[in-house]
Amino acid sequence: MGIKLKLEGVNVFFGNNRAVKDVNIDFHANMVTAIIGPSGCGKSTVLRSINRMHDMVPSARVTGKILLDQTDIYEKNADPVSIRRRIGMVFQKPNPFPAMSIYDNVIAGYKLNGRANRQESDEIVEGSLKRVALWDEVKDRLKKSAMELSGGQQQRLCIARTIAVRPEVILMDEPCSALDPIATAKIEELINELKEQYTVAIVTHNMQQAARVSDYTAFLYLGELIEFDRTGKIFTNPEKKHTEDYITGRFG
Amino acid sequence: MEKESSTGRKAVSAEQSVSQTRSMKKILSGDSIFKGITICFALSILFILLLMVYEMGRESFPSIRQFGLKFITSSTWDAVAEDFGALPFIYGSVISSLLALLLATPLSVGTAIFVTEISQKRIGGIISALVELLAAIPSVIYGLWGVLVMAPWLQRSVQPFLIDHFGYLPFFQGAPYGVSMMAAVIILMIMIVPIITSISKEVLMAIPQSQREAAVALGATRWEMIRMAVLPYGRSGILGAVILGLGRAIGETMAVTMVIGNTPQISLSLLSPAYTMPSVIANEFAETTTRMHSAALMEIGLILLAVTLLVNVLARLLVWSVTRGTAGGGRIQ
Ligand SMILES: Nc1ncnc2c1ncn2[C@@H]1O[C@H](COP(=O)(O)OP(=O)(O)O)[C@@H](O)[C@H]1O
Ligand SMILES: [Mg+2]
Repeated sequence: MGIKLKLEGVNVFFGNNRAVKDVNIDFHANMVTAIIGPSGCGKSTVLRSINRMHDMVPSARVTGKILLDQTDIYEKNADPVSIRRRIGMVFQKPNPFPAMSIYDNVIAGYKLNGRANRQESDEIVEGSLKRVALWDEVKDRLKKSAMELSGGQQQRLCIARTIAVRPEVILMDEPCSALDPIATAKIEELINELKEQYTVAIVTHNMQQAARVSDYTAFLYLGELIEFDRTGKIFTNPEKKHTEDYITGRFG
Repeated sequence: MEKESSTGRKAVSAEQSVSQTRSMKKILSGDSIFKGITICFALSILFILLLMVYEMGRESFPSIRQFGLKFITSSTWDAVAEDFGALPFIYGSVISSLLALLLATPLSVGTAIFVTEISQKRIGGIISALVELLAAIPSVIYGLWGVLVMAPWLQRSVQPFLIDHFGYLPFFQGAPYGVSMMAAVIILMIMIVPIITSISKEVLMAIPQSQREAAVALGATRWEMIRMAVLPYGRSGILGAVILGLGRAIGETMAVTMVIGNTPQISLSLLSPAYTMPSVIANEFAETTTRMHSAALMEIGLILLAVTLLVNVLARLLVWSVTRGTAGGGRIQ
Protein backbone atom coordinates (compact mmCIF):
# COMPACT_ATOMS: atom_id res chain seq x y z
CA MET A 1 0.00 0.00 0.00
CA GLY A 2 1.22 3.44 -0.87
CA ILE A 3 1.52 6.53 1.20
CA LYS A 4 -1.40 8.83 0.53
CA LEU A 5 -0.37 11.74 2.70
CA LYS A 6 2.99 12.71 4.08
CA LEU A 7 3.83 15.32 6.71
CA GLU A 8 7.44 16.53 6.40
CA GLY A 9 8.86 18.79 9.07
CA VAL A 10 5.54 20.44 9.80
CA ASN A 11 5.51 23.36 12.23
CA VAL A 12 2.46 25.34 13.25
CA PHE A 13 2.79 28.75 14.87
CA PHE A 14 0.12 30.84 16.56
CA GLY A 15 1.76 34.24 16.66
CA ASN A 16 5.10 33.45 18.26
CA ASN A 17 3.86 30.30 19.95
CA ARG A 18 5.15 27.21 18.16
CA ALA A 19 2.36 24.72 18.88
CA VAL A 20 3.59 21.94 16.57
CA LYS A 21 7.29 21.20 16.16
CA ASP A 22 8.86 19.48 13.22
CA VAL A 23 6.33 16.69 12.87
CA ASN A 24 6.77 13.89 10.31
CA ILE A 25 3.95 11.38 9.80
CA ASP A 26 3.09 9.08 6.88
CA PHE A 27 -0.56 8.31 6.31
CA HIS A 28 -0.96 5.05 4.42
CA ALA A 29 -3.70 4.74 1.85
CA ASN A 30 -6.76 2.78 3.01
CA MET A 31 -5.54 2.62 6.56
CA VAL A 32 -6.54 4.34 9.75
CA THR A 33 -3.89 6.41 11.44
CA ALA A 34 -4.53 7.53 15.01
CA ILE A 35 -2.97 10.58 16.63
CA ILE A 36 -2.83 10.30 20.40
CA GLY A 37 -1.38 12.36 23.20
CA PRO A 38 -2.39 14.35 26.26
CA SER A 39 -4.76 17.28 25.96
CA GLY A 40 -3.14 20.41 24.51
CA CYS A 41 -0.25 18.54 22.87
CA GLY A 42 -1.23 19.73 19.39
CA LYS A 43 -3.27 16.82 18.00
CA SER A 44 -6.03 19.02 16.62
CA THR A 45 -3.52 21.52 15.37
CA VAL A 46 -1.71 18.84 13.35
CA LEU A 47 -4.97 17.51 11.96
CA ARG A 48 -6.25 20.96 11.00
CA SER A 49 -3.05 21.73 9.15
CA ILE A 50 -3.85 18.83 6.81
CA ASN A 51 -6.90 20.47 5.26
CA ARG A 52 -5.62 24.02 5.66
CA MET A 53 -8.16 24.84 8.35
CA HIS A 54 -5.61 27.21 9.89
CA ASP A 55 -6.20 29.53 6.95
CA MET A 56 -9.21 30.72 8.94
CA VAL A 57 -7.08 31.84 11.88
CA PRO A 58 -5.20 35.05 11.03
CA SER A 59 -2.43 34.48 13.59
CA ALA A 60 -1.71 30.91 12.45
CA ARG A 61 1.23 29.98 10.20
CA VAL A 62 2.23 26.57 8.88
CA THR A 63 5.69 25.65 7.64
CA GLY A 64 7.08 22.41 6.25
CA LYS A 65 5.54 20.18 3.63
CA ILE A 66 2.25 18.28 3.54
CA LEU A 67 2.24 16.07 0.48
CA LEU A 68 -1.04 14.73 -0.83
CA ASP A 69 -0.16 12.25 -3.59
CA GLN A 70 3.29 13.85 -3.75
CA THR A 71 1.94 17.39 -4.23
CA ASP A 72 2.47 19.94 -1.47
CA ILE A 73 -0.90 21.34 -0.37
CA TYR A 74 0.85 24.47 0.92
CA GLU A 75 2.43 25.23 -2.43
CA LYS A 76 2.00 28.83 -3.57
CA ASN A 77 -0.61 28.10 -6.23
CA ALA A 78 -2.42 25.33 -4.35
CA ASP A 79 -6.14 26.05 -3.98
CA PRO A 80 -7.32 25.43 -0.38
CA VAL A 81 -10.94 25.01 -1.49
CA SER A 82 -10.24 22.13 -3.85
CA ILE A 83 -7.86 20.60 -1.31
CA ARG A 84 -10.64 20.56 1.27
CA ARG A 85 -12.86 18.75 -1.21
CA ARG A 86 -10.24 16.03 -1.37
CA ILE A 87 -9.60 16.03 2.37
CA GLY A 88 -12.82 16.06 4.39
CA MET A 89 -13.13 16.68 8.11
CA VAL A 90 -15.40 15.56 10.93
CA PHE A 91 -15.33 17.62 14.10
CA GLN A 92 -15.35 16.92 17.80
CA LYS A 93 -18.87 18.20 18.38
CA PRO A 94 -21.46 17.23 15.76
CA ASN A 95 -22.11 20.40 13.77
CA PRO A 96 -24.94 19.83 11.30
CA PHE A 97 -26.47 22.96 9.77
CA PRO A 98 -29.49 23.59 12.00
CA ALA A 99 -31.44 25.55 9.40
CA MET A 100 -31.26 22.66 6.91
CA SER A 101 -33.14 19.40 6.64
CA ILE A 102 -31.39 16.06 7.00
CA TYR A 103 -31.44 15.71 3.22
CA ASP A 104 -30.02 19.18 2.61
CA ASN A 105 -27.30 18.62 5.18
CA VAL A 106 -26.04 15.54 3.38
CA ILE A 107 -26.07 17.15 -0.05
CA ALA A 108 -24.80 20.59 1.09
CA GLY A 109 -21.13 19.98 0.32
CA TYR A 110 -21.76 18.10 -2.90
CA LYS A 111 -23.92 20.93 -4.23
CA LEU A 112 -20.95 23.29 -3.94
CA ASN A 113 -19.42 21.53 -6.93
CA GLY A 114 -22.23 22.77 -9.13
CA ARG A 115 -25.88 22.02 -9.67
CA ALA A 116 -26.82 18.42 -9.01
CA ASN A 117 -30.01 17.14 -10.57
CA ARG A 118 -32.73 15.67 -8.46
CA GLN A 119 -32.07 12.02 -9.19
CA GLU A 120 -28.34 12.37 -8.71
CA SER A 121 -28.89 14.13 -5.36
CA ASP A 122 -31.31 11.44 -4.21
CA GLU A 123 -28.80 8.74 -5.02
CA ILE A 124 -25.96 10.50 -3.23
CA VAL A 125 -28.05 11.17 -0.14
CA GLU A 126 -29.27 7.62 0.04
CA GLY A 127 -25.82 6.17 -0.65
CA SER A 128 -24.08 8.37 1.92
CA LEU A 129 -26.68 7.73 4.61
CA LYS A 130 -26.52 3.98 3.98
CA ARG A 131 -22.75 4.14 4.21
CA VAL A 132 -22.98 5.55 7.74
CA ALA A 133 -25.85 3.16 8.65
CA LEU A 134 -28.26 6.03 9.20
CA TRP A 135 -30.56 5.47 6.25
CA ASP A 136 -33.03 3.16 7.98
CA GLU A 137 -33.31 5.51 10.94
CA VAL A 138 -34.05 8.65 8.92
CA LYS A 139 -35.44 7.60 5.53
CA ASP A 140 -38.98 8.59 6.54
CA ARG A 141 -38.02 12.05 7.75
CA LEU A 142 -35.41 13.31 5.33
CA LYS A 143 -37.17 16.66 5.15
CA LYS A 144 -37.12 17.13 8.92
CA SER A 145 -34.58 19.32 10.66
CA ALA A 146 -31.23 17.73 11.43
CA MET A 147 -31.58 19.00 14.98
CA GLU A 148 -34.22 16.34 15.68
CA LEU A 149 -31.54 13.66 15.62
CA SER A 150 -29.64 12.40 18.65
CA GLY A 151 -26.00 13.34 19.14
CA GLY A 152 -24.74 10.05 17.73
CA GLN A 153 -27.05 10.31 14.74
CA GLN A 154 -25.94 13.89 14.15
CA GLN A 155 -22.31 12.80 14.13
CA ARG A 156 -23.07 10.06 11.61
CA LEU A 157 -24.95 12.65 9.57
CA CYS A 158 -21.83 14.82 9.61
CA ILE A 159 -19.78 11.88 8.39
CA ALA A 160 -22.34 11.24 5.64
CA ARG A 161 -22.12 14.92 4.68
CA THR A 162 -18.34 14.59 4.47
CA ILE A 163 -18.30 11.44 2.33
CA ALA A 164 -21.01 12.81 0.03
CA VAL A 165 -18.32 15.16 -1.31
CA ARG A 166 -16.31 12.03 -2.27
CA PRO A 167 -13.07 12.99 -0.56
CA GLU A 168 -9.95 10.85 -0.64
CA VAL A 169 -8.91 11.47 2.94
CA ILE A 170 -11.14 11.84 6.01
CA LEU A 171 -9.87 13.64 9.10
CA MET A 172 -11.68 13.07 12.38
CA ASP A 173 -10.99 15.15 15.46
CA GLU A 174 -12.16 13.18 18.51
CA PRO A 175 -15.39 12.28 16.71
CA CYS A 176 -16.77 10.30 19.65
CA SER A 177 -15.89 12.53 22.56
CA ALA A 178 -19.41 13.97 22.75
CA LEU A 179 -21.13 10.59 22.34
CA ASP A 180 -22.35 7.78 24.59
CA PRO A 181 -20.74 4.29 24.43
CA ILE A 182 -23.33 2.81 22.05
CA ALA A 183 -23.03 5.67 19.58
CA THR A 184 -19.26 5.45 19.95
CA ALA A 185 -19.27 1.76 19.07
CA LYS A 186 -21.28 2.52 15.93
CA ILE A 187 -18.86 5.20 14.80
CA GLU A 188 -15.89 2.94 15.43
CA GLU A 189 -17.48 0.21 13.34
CA LEU A 190 -18.06 2.78 10.64
CA ILE A 191 -14.43 3.92 10.69
CA ASN A 192 -13.43 0.33 10.13
CA GLU A 193 -15.60 0.18 7.02
CA LEU A 194 -14.58 3.60 5.75
CA LYS A 195 -10.97 2.59 5.29
CA GLU A 196 -11.93 0.31 2.42
CA GLN A 197 -12.48 3.46 0.40
CA TYR A 198 -10.72 6.25 2.22
CA THR A 199 -7.55 7.12 4.05
CA VAL A 200 -8.55 7.98 7.59
CA ALA A 201 -6.79 10.06 10.24
CA ILE A 202 -8.35 10.14 13.67
CA VAL A 203 -7.42 12.16 16.72
CA THR A 204 -8.40 10.57 20.00
CA HIS A 205 -7.52 10.94 23.64
CA ASN A 206 -8.95 7.46 24.23
CA MET A 207 -6.17 4.92 23.91
CA GLN A 208 -8.48 1.91 23.78
CA GLN A 209 -10.16 3.56 20.83
CA ALA A 210 -6.86 4.12 19.07
CA ALA A 211 -5.94 0.49 19.68
CA ARG A 212 -9.31 -0.72 18.39
CA VAL A 213 -9.66 1.29 15.20
CA SER A 214 -6.22 2.21 13.92
CA ASP A 215 -3.47 0.54 11.91
CA TYR A 216 -0.84 3.17 12.68
CA THR A 217 -0.48 5.40 15.70
CA ALA A 218 1.38 8.66 16.21
CA PHE A 219 2.12 9.77 19.75
CA LEU A 220 2.50 13.52 20.23
CA TYR A 221 3.74 15.29 23.30
CA LEU A 222 4.11 19.06 23.75
CA GLY A 223 3.86 19.60 20.01
CA GLU A 224 6.53 17.05 19.14
CA LEU A 225 6.12 13.65 17.54
CA ILE A 226 7.54 11.21 20.06
CA GLU A 227 6.87 7.98 18.22
CA PHE A 228 5.11 6.77 15.08
CA ASP A 229 4.65 3.12 14.25
CA ARG A 230 2.18 0.30 13.64
CA THR A 231 -0.51 0.43 16.29
CA GLY A 232 0.29 -3.10 17.46
CA LYS A 233 3.91 -2.11 18.05
CA ILE A 234 3.08 1.16 19.82
CA PHE A 235 0.71 -0.54 22.23
CA THR A 236 2.73 -3.66 22.99
CA ASN A 237 6.36 -2.78 22.54
CA PRO A 238 7.03 0.94 22.09
CA GLU A 239 10.56 2.13 21.40
CA LYS A 240 10.38 5.15 23.67
CA LYS A 241 10.02 5.11 27.43
CA HIS A 242 7.85 8.21 27.12
CA THR A 243 5.34 6.42 24.91
CA GLU A 244 5.19 3.46 27.23
CA ASP A 245 4.53 5.71 30.22
CA TYR A 246 1.66 7.36 28.39
CA ILE A 247 0.16 4.08 27.12
CA THR A 248 0.26 2.51 30.54
CA GLY A 249 -1.33 5.59 32.05
CA ARG A 250 1.64 6.67 34.12
CA PHE A 251 1.03 10.28 33.08
CA GLY A 252 -1.27 12.19 30.87
CA MET B 1 -29.90 40.75 34.23
CA GLU B 2 -32.92 38.49 34.51
CA LYS B 3 -30.83 35.46 35.29
CA GLU B 4 -28.99 37.27 38.03
CA SER B 5 -32.10 38.45 39.80
CA SER B 6 -33.76 35.04 39.65
CA THR B 7 -30.77 33.24 41.14
CA GLY B 8 -30.63 35.99 43.73
CA ARG B 9 -34.23 35.31 44.62
CA LYS B 10 -33.56 31.61 44.90
CA ALA B 11 -30.65 32.26 47.21
CA VAL B 12 -32.83 34.39 49.47
CA SER B 13 -35.63 31.81 49.67
CA ALA B 14 -33.13 29.07 50.49
CA GLU B 15 -31.76 31.23 53.24
CA GLN B 16 -35.24 31.69 54.67
CA SER B 17 -35.88 27.96 54.86
CA VAL B 18 -32.59 27.46 56.67
CA SER B 19 -33.08 29.90 59.47
CA GLN B 20 -35.77 32.40 60.20
CA THR B 21 -33.60 34.65 62.33
CA ARG B 22 -30.81 34.71 59.82
CA SER B 23 -33.24 35.63 57.08
CA MET B 24 -34.61 38.46 59.23
CA LYS B 25 -31.12 39.85 59.44
CA LYS B 26 -30.73 39.30 55.70
CA ILE B 27 -33.84 41.33 54.89
CA LEU B 28 -32.45 44.29 56.74
CA SER B 29 -28.99 44.01 55.19
CA GLY B 30 -27.78 46.51 52.63
CA ASP B 31 -27.96 43.90 49.91
CA SER B 32 -31.65 43.22 50.17
CA ILE B 33 -32.55 46.87 50.65
CA PHE B 34 -30.66 47.65 47.47
CA LYS B 35 -32.41 44.82 45.70
CA GLY B 36 -35.80 46.03 46.89
CA ILE B 37 -35.09 49.50 45.58
CA THR B 38 -33.98 48.27 42.17
CA ILE B 39 -37.04 46.03 41.87
CA CYS B 40 -39.21 49.06 42.65
CA PHE B 41 -37.48 51.02 39.90
CA ALA B 42 -37.98 48.20 37.44
CA LEU B 43 -41.65 47.83 38.32
CA SER B 44 -42.21 51.58 38.16
CA ILE B 45 -41.20 51.53 34.49
CA LEU B 46 -43.89 48.97 33.76
CA PHE B 47 -46.33 51.00 35.84
CA ILE B 48 -45.54 54.20 33.93
CA LEU B 49 -46.11 52.39 30.64
CA LEU B 50 -49.47 51.05 31.77
CA LEU B 51 -50.47 54.44 33.13
CA MET B 52 -49.52 56.04 29.84
CA VAL B 53 -51.64 53.61 27.83
CA TYR B 54 -54.55 54.16 30.21
CA GLU B 55 -54.28 57.96 30.07
CA MET B 56 -53.99 58.00 26.30
CA GLY B 57 -56.96 55.68 26.00
CA ARG B 58 -59.01 57.93 28.26
CA GLU B 59 -57.96 61.13 26.52
CA SER B 60 -58.65 59.75 23.06
CA PHE B 61 -62.00 58.26 24.02
CA PRO B 62 -64.13 61.03 22.43
CA SER B 63 -62.42 60.45 19.10
CA ILE B 64 -62.64 56.67 19.33
CA ARG B 65 -66.38 56.88 20.08
CA GLN B 66 -67.10 59.51 17.43
CA PHE B 67 -65.21 58.04 14.46
CA GLY B 68 -64.81 54.36 15.26
CA LEU B 69 -63.06 52.45 12.48
CA LYS B 70 -63.53 55.38 10.12
CA PHE B 71 -60.65 57.02 11.95
CA ILE B 72 -58.15 54.77 10.22
CA THR B 73 -59.88 54.61 6.82
CA SER B 74 -60.72 58.25 6.25
CA SER B 75 -58.38 60.80 4.72
CA THR B 76 -60.10 63.92 5.96
CA TRP B 77 -58.20 65.91 8.54
CA ASP B 78 -60.24 69.02 9.24
CA ALA B 79 -59.78 70.67 12.62
CA VAL B 80 -62.41 73.33 11.96
CA ALA B 81 -65.16 70.88 11.01
CA GLU B 82 -63.88 68.51 13.68
CA ASP B 83 -63.72 65.68 11.18
CA PHE B 84 -60.68 63.49 11.67
CA GLY B 85 -59.28 60.55 9.73
CA ALA B 86 -55.69 59.37 10.16
CA LEU B 87 -55.14 57.41 6.97
CA PRO B 88 -52.63 59.83 5.33
CA PHE B 89 -50.48 59.78 8.47
CA ILE B 90 -50.62 56.02 8.77
CA TYR B 91 -49.81 55.75 5.07
CA GLY B 92 -46.93 58.20 5.38
CA SER B 93 -45.46 56.42 8.39
CA VAL B 94 -45.79 52.95 6.93
CA ILE B 95 -44.48 53.79 3.46
CA SER B 96 -41.57 55.95 4.60
CA SER B 97 -40.48 53.34 7.15
CA LEU B 98 -40.82 50.37 4.84
CA LEU B 99 -38.95 52.04 1.99
CA ALA B 100 -36.21 53.16 4.36
CA LEU B 101 -36.01 49.59 5.61
CA LEU B 102 -35.81 48.26 2.07
CA LEU B 103 -32.77 50.44 1.39
CA ALA B 104 -31.13 50.11 4.80
CA THR B 105 -31.34 46.33 5.12
CA PRO B 106 -28.92 45.28 2.37
CA LEU B 107 -26.54 48.07 3.33
CA SER B 108 -26.58 47.16 7.02
CA VAL B 109 -26.46 43.39 6.66
CA GLY B 110 -23.71 43.77 4.07
CA THR B 111 -21.72 45.95 6.46
CA ALA B 112 -22.22 43.49 9.30
CA ILE B 113 -21.06 40.61 7.11
CA PHE B 114 -18.04 42.57 5.98
CA VAL B 115 -17.08 43.47 9.53
CA THR B 116 -17.53 39.99 11.04
CA GLU B 117 -16.66 37.66 8.20
CA ILE B 118 -14.43 39.39 5.71
CA SER B 119 -12.40 42.35 6.91
CA GLN B 120 -9.41 42.26 9.20
CA LYS B 121 -10.28 42.75 12.87
CA ARG B 122 -8.80 46.25 13.07
CA ILE B 123 -10.53 47.58 9.96
CA GLY B 124 -13.77 45.96 11.06
CA GLY B 125 -13.45 47.67 14.42
CA ILE B 126 -12.97 51.06 12.81
CA ILE B 127 -15.97 50.59 10.53
CA SER B 128 -18.21 49.45 13.40
CA ALA B 129 -17.14 52.43 15.47
CA LEU B 130 -17.93 54.82 12.61
CA VAL B 131 -21.32 53.25 12.01
CA GLU B 132 -22.15 53.43 15.71
CA LEU B 133 -21.12 57.06 15.69
CA LEU B 134 -23.97 57.70 13.27
CA ALA B 135 -26.36 56.52 15.97
CA ALA B 136 -25.05 59.18 18.35
CA ILE B 137 -25.94 62.10 16.08
CA PRO B 138 -29.04 63.89 17.44
CA SER B 139 -31.98 63.54 15.12
CA VAL B 140 -32.47 67.29 14.83
CA ILE B 141 -29.01 67.48 13.27
CA TYR B 142 -30.06 64.92 10.68
CA GLY B 143 -33.16 67.02 10.07
CA LEU B 144 -31.16 70.20 9.73
CA TRP B 145 -28.75 68.60 7.30
CA GLY B 146 -31.69 67.10 5.46
CA VAL B 147 -33.56 70.33 5.02
CA LEU B 148 -30.54 72.58 4.35
CA VAL B 149 -28.33 70.30 2.28
CA MET B 150 -30.08 67.18 1.08
CA ALA B 151 -33.52 68.55 0.15
CA PRO B 152 -32.12 71.37 -2.04
CA TRP B 153 -29.80 68.86 -3.68
CA LEU B 154 -32.73 66.51 -4.34
CA GLN B 155 -34.73 69.42 -5.74
CA ARG B 156 -31.92 70.65 -7.98
CA SER B 157 -30.47 67.47 -9.37
CA VAL B 158 -31.91 64.14 -8.31
CA GLN B 159 -35.61 64.77 -8.68
CA PRO B 160 -35.43 66.58 -12.06
CA PHE B 161 -33.32 63.68 -13.31
CA LEU B 162 -35.89 61.16 -12.12
CA ILE B 163 -38.73 63.17 -13.65
CA ASP B 164 -36.93 63.41 -16.99
CA HIS B 165 -35.96 59.76 -17.23
CA PHE B 166 -38.50 57.87 -15.15
CA GLY B 167 -41.38 60.35 -15.18
CA TYR B 168 -43.66 57.79 -16.78
CA LEU B 169 -43.63 55.79 -13.53
CA PRO B 170 -46.23 56.83 -10.95
CA PHE B 171 -43.47 57.07 -8.33
CA PHE B 172 -41.70 60.00 -9.96
CA GLN B 173 -44.49 62.33 -11.02
CA GLY B 174 -45.21 65.92 -10.08
CA ALA B 175 -42.99 68.88 -9.37
CA PRO B 176 -39.63 68.60 -7.58
CA TYR B 177 -40.18 70.10 -4.13
CA GLY B 178 -37.12 68.78 -2.40
CA VAL B 179 -38.91 68.20 0.88
CA SER B 180 -40.82 65.02 0.12
CA MET B 181 -41.43 61.39 0.91
CA MET B 182 -38.14 60.70 -0.84
CA ALA B 183 -36.22 62.99 1.49
CA ALA B 184 -37.81 61.32 4.51
CA VAL B 185 -36.95 57.86 3.20
CA ILE B 186 -33.29 58.78 2.71
CA ILE B 187 -32.97 60.41 6.12
CA LEU B 188 -34.66 57.46 7.80
CA MET B 189 -32.43 55.04 5.96
CA ILE B 190 -29.30 56.77 7.25
CA MET B 191 -30.74 56.85 10.74
CA ILE B 192 -31.61 53.14 10.95
CA VAL B 193 -28.46 51.75 9.34
CA PRO B 194 -26.52 51.89 12.65
CA ILE B 195 -29.06 49.93 14.68
CA ILE B 196 -29.56 47.23 12.05
CA THR B 197 -25.82 46.97 11.47
CA SER B 198 -24.81 46.71 15.10
CA ILE B 199 -27.47 44.17 16.02
CA SER B 200 -26.82 42.09 12.90
CA LYS B 201 -23.16 42.17 13.88
CA GLU B 202 -23.99 40.87 17.37
CA VAL B 203 -26.06 38.11 15.80
CA LEU B 204 -23.31 37.09 13.38
CA MET B 205 -20.71 37.12 16.13
CA ALA B 206 -22.89 34.79 18.21
CA ILE B 207 -22.82 32.14 15.47
CA PRO B 208 -20.59 29.27 16.62
CA GLN B 209 -17.28 29.06 14.80
CA SER B 210 -18.00 25.34 14.33
CA GLN B 211 -20.72 26.26 11.82
CA ARG B 212 -18.25 28.19 9.69
CA GLU B 213 -15.72 25.37 9.97
CA ALA B 214 -18.34 22.84 8.89
CA ALA B 215 -18.92 24.74 5.66
CA VAL B 216 -15.26 25.46 4.97
CA ALA B 217 -14.30 21.82 5.57
CA LEU B 218 -16.80 20.81 2.88
CA GLY B 219 -14.92 22.94 0.40
CA ALA B 220 -16.95 26.13 0.62
CA THR B 221 -15.38 29.40 -0.44
CA ARG B 222 -15.77 32.34 1.91
CA TRP B 223 -18.89 33.54 0.14
CA GLU B 224 -20.36 30.02 0.04
CA MET B 225 -19.66 29.68 3.75
CA ILE B 226 -21.56 32.90 4.44
CA ARG B 227 -24.50 31.77 2.32
CA MET B 228 -24.55 28.20 3.59
CA ALA B 229 -23.69 28.44 7.29
CA VAL B 230 -23.69 32.02 8.50
CA LEU B 231 -26.82 33.62 7.03
CA PRO B 232 -29.22 30.69 7.58
CA TYR B 233 -28.06 30.34 11.18
CA GLY B 234 -28.45 34.06 11.84
CA ARG B 235 -31.64 34.42 9.79
CA SER B 236 -34.12 35.04 12.59
CA GLY B 237 -31.73 37.29 14.50
CA ILE B 238 -31.08 39.43 11.45
CA LEU B 239 -34.81 39.61 10.84
CA GLY B 240 -35.11 40.84 14.42
CA ALA B 241 -32.49 43.51 13.77
CA VAL B 242 -34.41 44.64 10.70
CA ILE B 243 -37.68 44.83 12.61
CA LEU B 244 -35.96 46.79 15.36
CA GLY B 245 -34.89 49.22 12.64
CA LEU B 246 -38.51 49.39 11.53
CA GLY B 247 -39.55 50.32 15.06
CA ARG B 248 -36.98 53.07 15.12
CA ALA B 249 -38.12 54.39 11.73
CA ILE B 250 -41.81 54.42 12.61
CA GLY B 251 -41.20 56.35 15.80
CA GLU B 252 -38.71 58.86 14.40
CA THR B 253 -40.19 62.35 14.66
CA MET B 254 -37.85 65.30 14.44
CA ALA B 255 -35.80 64.59 11.36
CA VAL B 256 -38.78 63.35 9.39
CA THR B 257 -40.92 66.32 10.35
CA MET B 258 -38.23 68.62 9.01
CA VAL B 259 -37.92 67.01 5.59
CA ILE B 260 -41.21 65.32 4.68
CA GLY B 261 -43.19 68.42 3.83
CA ASN B 262 -46.04 67.84 6.31
CA THR B 263 -48.92 67.59 3.86
CA PRO B 264 -51.64 65.07 4.69
CA GLN B 265 -52.08 63.42 1.33
CA ILE B 266 -51.80 59.94 -0.10
CA SER B 267 -49.71 59.94 -3.23
CA LEU B 268 -47.79 57.19 -4.94
CA SER B 269 -45.19 59.70 -6.02
CA LEU B 270 -42.06 59.79 -3.91
CA LEU B 271 -41.59 63.40 -4.96
CA SER B 272 -44.74 64.60 -3.19
CA PRO B 273 -44.69 65.87 0.36
CA ALA B 274 -46.34 63.60 2.90
CA TYR B 275 -47.00 63.41 6.61
CA THR B 276 -46.39 60.86 9.38
CA MET B 277 -48.06 60.02 12.67
CA PRO B 278 -45.32 61.38 14.93
CA SER B 279 -45.00 64.50 12.79
CA VAL B 280 -48.65 65.47 13.00
CA ILE B 281 -48.64 64.98 16.76
CA ALA B 282 -45.55 67.12 17.17
CA ASN B 283 -46.81 69.85 14.84
CA GLU B 284 -50.37 70.20 16.05
CA PHE B 285 -50.38 69.34 19.70
CA ALA B 286 -49.50 72.80 20.99
CA GLU B 287 -52.27 74.50 19.04
CA THR B 288 -55.30 72.29 19.53
CA THR B 289 -58.40 74.34 20.20
CA THR B 290 -61.05 71.69 20.63
CA ARG B 291 -61.32 68.61 22.78
CA MET B 292 -61.97 66.49 19.69
CA HIS B 293 -58.79 67.67 18.00
CA SER B 294 -56.60 66.68 20.92
CA ALA B 295 -58.50 63.40 21.29
CA ALA B 296 -57.80 62.61 17.63
CA LEU B 297 -54.09 63.35 18.11
CA MET B 298 -54.11 61.14 21.21
CA GLU B 299 -55.65 58.33 19.21
CA ILE B 300 -52.88 58.62 16.62
CA GLY B 301 -50.44 58.45 19.51
CA LEU B 302 -52.14 55.31 20.76
CA ILE B 303 -51.90 53.65 17.34
CA LEU B 304 -48.24 54.62 17.11
CA LEU B 305 -47.51 53.28 20.57
CA ALA B 306 -49.25 49.99 19.85
CA VAL B 307 -47.38 49.52 16.57
CA THR B 308 -43.95 50.35 17.99
CA LEU B 309 -44.44 48.17 21.08
CA LEU B 310 -45.54 45.24 18.96
CA VAL B 311 -42.66 45.67 16.53
CA ASN B 312 -40.11 45.93 19.34
CA VAL B 313 -41.30 42.89 21.26
CA LEU B 314 -41.29 40.80 18.09
CA ALA B 315 -37.81 42.01 17.17
CA ARG B 316 -36.31 41.34 20.62
CA LEU B 317 -37.70 37.82 20.60
CA LEU B 318 -36.12 37.11 17.23
CA VAL B 319 -32.73 38.53 18.20
CA TRP B 320 -32.81 36.67 21.48
CA SER B 321 -33.52 33.39 19.71
CA VAL B 322 -30.07 33.56 18.11
CA THR B 323 -27.90 35.31 20.69
CA ARG B 324 -29.16 33.58 23.86
CA GLY B 325 -26.57 31.53 25.66
CA THR B 326 -23.71 33.67 24.42
CA ALA B 327 -23.30 36.30 27.09
CA GLY B 328 -22.65 39.59 25.38
CA GLY B 329 -22.94 37.92 21.99
CA GLY B 330 -19.23 37.08 21.83
CA ARG B 331 -17.88 34.63 19.29
CA ILE B 332 -17.58 31.07 20.49
CA GLN B 333 -14.23 29.59 19.55
N1 LIG C 1 -6.70 29.15 17.38
C1 LIG C 1 -5.63 29.10 18.20
N2 LIG C 1 -5.00 30.25 18.56
C2 LIG C 1 -3.93 30.22 19.39
N3 LIG C 1 -3.39 29.10 19.90
C3 LIG C 1 -3.97 27.93 19.57
C4 LIG C 1 -5.11 27.87 18.71
N4 LIG C 1 -5.46 26.57 18.56
C5 LIG C 1 -4.58 25.86 19.28
N5 LIG C 1 -3.68 26.67 19.89
C6 LIG C 1 -2.56 26.24 20.75
O1 LIG C 1 -2.03 25.04 20.26
C7 LIG C 1 -1.80 24.12 21.30
C8 LIG C 1 -2.31 22.76 20.91
O2 LIG C 1 -3.72 22.79 20.89
P1 LIG C 1 -4.58 21.61 20.27
O3 LIG C 1 -4.04 21.23 18.98
O4 LIG C 1 -6.01 22.06 20.29
O5 LIG C 1 -4.39 20.46 21.33
P2 LIG C 1 -5.11 19.04 21.41
O6 LIG C 1 -6.04 18.91 20.28
O7 LIG C 1 -4.00 18.03 21.39
O8 LIG C 1 -5.80 19.01 22.73
C9 LIG C 1 -2.44 24.65 22.55
O9 LIG C 1 -1.44 24.89 23.50
C10 LIG C 1 -3.09 25.94 22.14
O10 LIG C 1 -2.68 26.97 23.01
MG1 LIG D 1 -8.16 18.79 20.24
